[in-house]
Amino acid sequence: MRQYFARKLAIYLVTFFVAVTIDWMIPRFMPGDPVQGMVSRMSLEPEAANRMMGFFLGAFGLDKPIWEQYLNFWVALAHGDLGISVWQFPTPVLNIILSAVPYTLALLIPAILLSWVAGNQFGAWVARRKRLDNTVLPVGYILTATPYMWLGILIAWGLGSVLRVLPLSGAFNYSMSPTLTWEFFLSVYTHWLMPFLSLFLVMFGGWAIGMRNMIIYELESDYAHWLEALGAPQSLVRRYAFRNAVLPQVTGLALSLGVVVAGALVTEVVFSYPGLGYLVLQAIQNEDYFLLQGIFLFVIIGVLVANFLIDIAYVVVDPRTRVGMQGRA
Amino acid sequence: MSLQVNDLRVYYRTLAGDVRALDGVTFSIAEGEIMGLAGESGCGKSTLGKALTHFDSRMRYVGGDVVLDDEPLPIMDSDAMDEFRFWSVSIIPQYAMSAMNPTRKIGKMIADLLESRGEDAAAMRPEIERRIELVGLQRDVLDRYPIELSGGMKQRVVMVIATLLNPSLLIADEITSALDVSTQKAVAETLIEFRDRQLVRTMIVITHDMSILAQVADTITVMYAGKLAEKAATDVIIGAPKHPYTRLLISSLPEVGVRYADKRLTGIPGNPPQLLDPPLGCRFQARCPLADAQCREEPPFVEVEPAHFVACWKVS
Repeated sequence: MRQYFARKLAIYLVTFFVAVTIDWMIPRFMPGDPVQGMVSRMSLEPEAANRMMGFFLGAFGLDKPIWEQYLNFWVALAHGDLGISVWQFPTPVLNIILSAVPYTLALLIPAILLSWVAGNQFGAWVARRKRLDNTVLPVGYILTATPYMWLGILIAWGLGSVLRVLPLSGAFNYSMSPTLTWEFFLSVYTHWLMPFLSLFLVMFGGWAIGMRNMIIYELESDYAHWLEALGAPQSLVRRYAFRNAVLPQVTGLALSLGVVVAGALVTEVVFSYPGLGYLVLQAIQNEDYFLLQGIFLFVIIGVLVANFLIDIAYVVVDPRTRVGMQGRA
Repeated sequence: MSLQVNDLRVYYRTLAGDVRALDGVTFSIAEGEIMGLAGESGCGKSTLGKALTHFDSRMRYVGGDVVLDDEPLPIMDSDAMDEFRFWSVSIIPQYAMSAMNPTRKIGKMIADLLESRGEDAAAMRPEIERRIELVGLQRDVLDRYPIELSGGMKQRVVMVIATLLNPSLLIADEITSALDVSTQKAVAETLIEFRDRQLVRTMIVITHDMSILAQVADTITVMYAGKLAEKAATDVIIGAPKHPYTRLLISSLPEVGVRYADKRLTGIPGNPPQLLDPPLGCRFQARCPLADAQCREEPPFVEVEPAHFVACWKVS
């Protein structure tokens, strides 16, 4: 058991190292120069502009050789220092990200978990019930094939623009400031509902279809047939089938996490929801390397941690992985 | 008579039409009898086993009736069959290696199954342990997952589960085909022990392996292309078969003490007919050395000698 987790942990550390290195490389090898852009926006005299350039390059540590920048990056990272934002100079990147993370988590975690649970239940329920399978399932296919932002736009148009029941953008009413009042929480909730729905529905369709197919596969397996031959009621057969069909769905959950983060990005942009995804857009538009790099770092950490947790969950739910770990079969 | 099957017809639905896997099968099994059911692949022997327990989704009941212990067995009605399954009729499936839920401990799975059938699993625990030991396993297999067992162990656990409620009729479908020869013998002996201890009253042992039947069966029924060819006591089928197919089948088996360097083993030339659109009359006629014009008509399955049934015009 310990050996298994030690090996897993080593793999995750290597992945982390490689991913962070790529994360560091991407903005630096991208075309465009953020410092130059910032200075030219100030429209200074050439002499003053040169001085400003020198100041900023020094401030961001961009005047050093590339290998030294890379080492400094790791040293700073070890101290929890992600650099200073170019866009909101001189706010530290970490502060900007930390103020956006709660919004993304509040959107993603309920959407991922609820859609996973509800989609699995629904798919299992639909499987092998002919009429439902023929009517409800196509809806699942349409939902899962819908791009997140397109569904987001549809929902925004329907609920926000035509029916005017929900607000279109932001995390809470722009005229409010965060306070501990019911009014404020209600505003947060109504602003949260539409981006949540658009993420939830797309993911829900995918899980439901996957589960339906897995359940049908399990119901055709040998153990299910034998239980039926011994007269076991459908409730028992389906209970076993569900438990076994959920296992690949757990893996699917781990695999989809990375994609879901990207889905949240476009959804947040559609609803101007101030989470990490919206921040990515701001960072790109303002050529803010350090911010972009910092956000990606958070995404990397998030995906790796989530995958590690799912590895642990898998050991708990599937006895076969446990046997493999102990080296007996 | 413990089990009577009368003119049973079960077809498989396919896109090309009905495949007549069981086409008018009539036989009976006496109380305490172990009947061997032999025949080559695709002759319908497993279909017969499934027809008596649980139809798969492609099987279609066409006709015939089954009586078990003087009570009609509603094989065509799956819901009504549930009352008989496990209590009266049970099956050790062909796929014993994968018959148990891989993610549930064996003991828990048995308890789930018993409770779903309204039995008190906790009260039966000592009996389950006793029977696990009866087949030569440690009782701690109940706390293990199926993957932790070898093939022979799984086979024996499945035998214990299938017979737990002392069914009148047990169908053992190819239970030795995945095992090595020494395990085969142990499994065959367990079958006889189950019958002798009256855990099971009658048995149908389905196999293509005549040597297993010679060890366990009281009578052997030979099937050919969806129909019964011959039924008689084991020593009669092995020693003095009457149906031309049985004779060729037995003569193509190796014999102890004969050196096949001197005498070449022969098979039966030709292949069984397609069951999608079988020929009229005797289904063995195309491969039969005795066939003539009369064989275009269907031979009845008649008792030519006491307890010896044959479906052939050339016998009797």
